[in-house]
Amino acid sequence: MKIKSRIYNGTLYVLLCGELDEHTSSYTREEMDKAFGSGIFKQIIIDLSELDFMDSTGIGVLIGRYKKMKDRNIPIYICNPSSHAEKIFKMTGLYDIMPKIV
Amino acid sequence: MKLKNFMEVEFLADSINESFARICVATFCLPLNPSIEEISDIKTAVSEAVTNAVVHAYPNGQGVVKLRVELDGSDVVISVSDNGVGIKNFNKAREPFYTTKPDQERSGMGFSVMETFMDNVGLFKNGEKGVKVVMRKTCRSAVLQEGTYAGRR
Repeated sequence: MKIKSRIYNGTLYVLLCGELDEHTSSYTREEMDKAFGSGIFKQIIIDLSELDFMDSTGIGVLIGRYKKMKDRNIPIYICNPSSHAEKIFKMTGLYDIMPKIV
Repeated sequence: MKLKNFMEVEFLADSINESFARICVATFCLPLNPSIEEISDIKTAVSEAVTNAVVHAYPNGQGVVKLRVELDGSDVVISVSDNGVGIKNFNKAREPFYTTKPDQERSGMGFSVMETFMDNVGLFKNGEKGVKVVMRKTCRSAVLQEGTYAGRR
């Protein structure tokens, strides 16, 4: 699992690469929180174009990040989910709190 | 010709083995010529079942997870079992968003994902204690081939 991030025009872009499951969840949490805690931005876009696999553990990770950013009033958006990730997001209702953007 | 095959494997209940379990099942299912979506569904359901065993079954030490996969015609039947502490309330465990570890950022959607991605999911006691999850899915591509499988003619 690799997490890359950069801030551009007031948006924090976070790219998740690899497989997000129980084994990689702790590292993913830590790296995302590091990215969320660095710099100034008004919104976050999580790019899943290079995420090869995710199960419901990933949903827990994303909801946890949402709760942290909600306190700071910073919205999080999802982009480029695979059809597989999309299926999990729709069934769990994740898009209700982290809308998908194109 | 109706395909009949099975495999069993045991591994340490450690999260590092989740990807192994997913790949193992996906590879074994290849003779059914499943679609990419079917394979993704199966891998996700396996990951959920193995995660449950890894996270919940052995709170006081290390244990073993047993994975069995059967190919029965166009169906794949997967069982994931442990000899851990068991589940107190089976009905509650299957409820969406229910988790016994809310402090660990868990979604509580494991069983819901299994039920969505597989055709049938059963939850049983495994012996005196422990849990066995049995999941079945019909691979539609295999049905269309009417008994002729990749690599078997």
